[in-house]
Amino acid sequence: MLTAASVTAAVLPHLLRLPTSFSLLIVGLLIGRVIQRRLGGARIPTVLKLPLVLLVPVLVVIHYGNVFGREPGSALACAMLALKLIETESRRDARAAIAFSCFVLMSALLFDNSMGLTLMLCAALTLFLATLLQLELQPADSARPHAWRAGLGRALRSAAVSLLTAIPLTLCVFIFLPRLGSPLWGAPTDTSVARSGLGDSMDPASVQELLIDDSPAFRVSFDGTVPDRSKLYWRGPVLTRFDGQVWSRVNHVGEKQARDPLGQTADVVDYEITLEPSDRRWLLALDVPLHAPENAVRGADMSLVATRPVDQLLRYRASSALRYELGAQLGERERLRDLAIPAGLNPRARARAAQWRKDLGDDNAVIHAALALFHDNAFFYSLAAPELGRDAVDDFLFETRKGFCQHYSSSFTFLMRAAGIPARVVTGYQGGYFNSVGNYLVVRQSDAHAWSEVWLEGRGWVRVDPTGAVSPQRVELGARAAAGASASWYQANWVLALRNRFDLVNRAWNSLIVQFNALRQQSLLTPFGIDKAEYYDLVRVLIGSSMLVLALYCWWVLRRPRDRGDTLDAAYARLCRKLERIGLPRAANEGPVAFAIRVNDVAATPAVQSLIGRYVGLRYAHALPDTGAVRAFAGSVRALRVGGAFARIYRNGARGTR
Amino acid sequence: MNASGTFASLRSRLLATAERRLPALTRLKQAEALPITLHRHRIYVLPTRFGLLFSAVLLVMLLGALNYNNNPALLLTCLLGAACFQSVFQAFRTLNGVELRSLQAEPCHAGDVLYFTLTFRGPGRPRYSLRAGVDAVETLFDMEAGNDTRVRVGVPAPQRGWQRSGHVRLYCEYPFGLFQVWSWLSPDFSALVYPRREDPSVPLPRTNDDAAALPMRRTGDEFAMLRDYHPSDARRAIAWKASARHDALLVKEFEQRRGREIVLDWDATSALSHEARISRLTRWVDDAEALRHGYLLQLPDQRVGPGLGGDHRHACLRALALLPGVVR
Repeated sequence: MLTAASVTAAVLPHLLRLPTSFSLLIVGLLIGRVIQRRLGGARIPTVLKLPLVLLVPVLVVIHYGNVFGREPGSALACAMLALKLIETESRRDARAAIAFSCFVLMSALLFDNSMGLTLMLCAALTLFLATLLQLELQPADSARPHAWRAGLGRALRSAAVSLLTAIPLTLCVFIFLPRLGSPLWGAPTDTSVARSGLGDSMDPASVQELLIDDSPAFRVSFDGTVPDRSKLYWRGPVLTRFDGQVWSRVNHVGEKQARDPLGQTADVVDYEITLEPSDRRWLLALDVPLHAPENAVRGADMSLVATRPVDQLLRYRASSALRYELGAQLGERERLRDLAIPAGLNPRARARAAQWRKDLGDDNAVIHAALALFHDNAFFYSLAAPELGRDAVDDFLFETRKGFCQHYSSSFTFLMRAAGIPARVVTGYQGGYFNSVGNYLVVRQSDAHAWSEVWLEGRGWVRVDPTGAVSPQRVELGARAAAGASASWYQANWVLALRNRFDLVNRAWNSLIVQFNALRQQSLLTPFGIDKAEYYDLVRVLIGSSMLVLALYCWWVLRRPRDRGDTLDAAYARLCRKLERIGLPRAANEGPVAFAIRVNDVAATPAVQSLIGRYVGLRYAHALPDTGAVRAFAGSVRALRVGGAFARIYRNGARGTR
Repeated sequence: MNASGTFASLRSRLLATAERRLPALTRLKQAEALPITLHRHRIYVLPTRFGLLFSAVLLVMLLGALNYNNNPALLLTCLLGAACFQSVFQAFRTLNGVELRSLQAEPCHAGDVLYFTLTFRGPGRPRYSLRAGVDAVETLFDMEAGNDTRVRVGVPAPQRGWQRSGHVRLYCEYPFGLFQVWSWLSPDFSALVYPRREDPSVPLPRTNDDAAALPMRRTGDEFAMLRDYHPSDARRAIAWKASARHDALLVKEFEQRRGREIVLDWDATSALSHEARISRLTRWVDDAEALRHGYLLQLPDQRVGPGLGGDHRHACLRALALLPGVVR
């Protein structure tokens, strides 16, 4: 039964991740087994087990194509573990199931290494150890179900104690165990798990998904002061191609960068970013990065692209200029590309843009006219945007007028291009929450944003944020505040504050545990004069520190226990101590009967007399006194009060005899 | 010889060598006087088979965590590994300080199970899931802190005569069954095994006719009462000590049986083999006891009784048990 609970605990973290058919199969097996055990069922015949065992690998191959690798492997392990439970009859089976459960439990961490999950799984180990303990204490547990239940609490407690006392040794090993610089076998690249983050295309649905996702995207520590919130535009992918519905990115990899497009720069800030894994290659940087970090390139559009997908926490330094001059010269090819709009779509928007161009002429005036269109008409910022039709820009500009950054930047850029001004959409994040306790800025997925850049003769690329024209709060306070109406109880301020506290803990977890790699381990011994700890240095320290901890354990184990005799003698000793406190010490050569007579001479107290009498009876009448009677005696001794009136009797008596 | 047989003989030969070479570590340890206290010089630890399997699993987990460079997984693995390793200390603590205080044996016949009662005491803390084993037989027990715990271990008793309590193996796999901590106890103790009883029983021999020739005081060993002295009483029947206390002469009266006692004579069973004769006499002793009929055991060079009751039965069975083997 407990084994079933342990197996369930091991499989649980996997269930949500596995395909539905698998989860159903496993849950079905577990429940079926528990019911069968309740009904006192016998062994399950091989005829039933064998097809199930064969079915599992087939299912895995159908789902994943093969049985190797992290994903299919864990699916296979989970199903096999559930099957193992089905055939678990003896203690040996149960132990094997537990050992296997440990492995499955650990594999859950390969997919999600958040602090919460880790702590939960460590707690789950308590259950495993308690199971092993129960298996050891009651090999035939089915025969004594009541004793079994009574022992459960004790087993859980002592398992927890075992885990707690193991912590020092754990830390020694964890810190000093040499990490592998490079993996032994296939690097974990088979991540088909979808992680949220910016994509290289933009459509309303994907952005909306980001805007309601509260997980952190990255954290920033600034070297100096944090720039004003309205300047915190984190640049991500730049999108230039529009097909009428979706903005997408043109691959710049082949593009030769003739010269640095950056002109004059000012207001340079330095900072360090810790990027959450996204499985994508974008690196985020404040507009506009001065150079690319290690293992990354900066494209002509100033977006940073890493050489390989970010599949674990990535930390990098960057410096950016808040005021800059970008792309003073625009090549003919780029100009054409940044003016292209799909033919035949959105006729009303085209007509409006052409009219502006004709009436106003000047680029600046056209931009202002477009912003005024957003500002002066009844446009709303809302995360609940209505569906748009084939002419998406027309529908939005002239019909629904309700949307979020994606809609505004998309239609604005379309209008600009229609009016003959080169324009593009920039996606990224805007703002962030400053955590004053940890002195860093956390940017969440929900801070995702899209804005526009237009190219003006003589000024280069200039950022225009049409969303700001409609809803200045979006830039000032964030998407959540701007959406205002949709705020619910869980977005209350105190919850936000709590969440940001929690984020601090998460950050500590990330930097201390998750990020602890071979490099940081090498610098661990720097305070002790070893600049770059080699493999054997670490092993030496590992052995040394473990020995220290083990010595501590040895001391604990070899301490001589205080021998207070059995329960009966201990209780009698207690009685004597009580009498000693009121001036009646038992002489070393005095047996209980002689002592009782002497006590009686001083003052007759039947309570003490009867207690000593009971002791004599228990101690000398039987070879092995009845445990119940001994316990009752100990209880009576404990209950005996010798203070106050009692002591007075003795003192008076003692005076009388003198 | 098949493979398992070869393996078994090889194993036993290895064990024998080990015991010769390392007497302190193994069962060949000299018999010791009670009480025997366990301490770190005589407690040994080895991983169990499950412990080895578990460490293999841990190794796989460790490799996985290191390979994927996944620190939380590594942390989990380290925690589990440390907790398991730490269980050695808990196991050691369970045995350390345990004291074998006394040893008793229950009477038994050859071919039956001989039960020893071991009395253990462990000061300071309760101890769980200990096992005491003699040969292949073992008993599971828990110990309360400081209190005596009695453990009954039954071993086969194949032969009559003195049987050594043998080497008691006290071990535990507490808490997780990953490590076995054990110690050998060799208490200096022997139990008397009564001879095998013949089965089915043969009718008892007839009562002894010339029993009347035996002196009066021989009519029964069982002391019944004291009574006043009559001049006809034999002088040796007078209880002098009791008389001195009561200022009057008192006489010990022995119980007078109704029939005469049965003589269980060694020579009357000459048709049988040596051991079979002993078995038959043993059976007769028990049968006579069951009938509550006084009996006398006549052996080649000794004579027990006549008498009746537990002490007499023990004396007879003891004499039978300790008879030398086949007389040539």
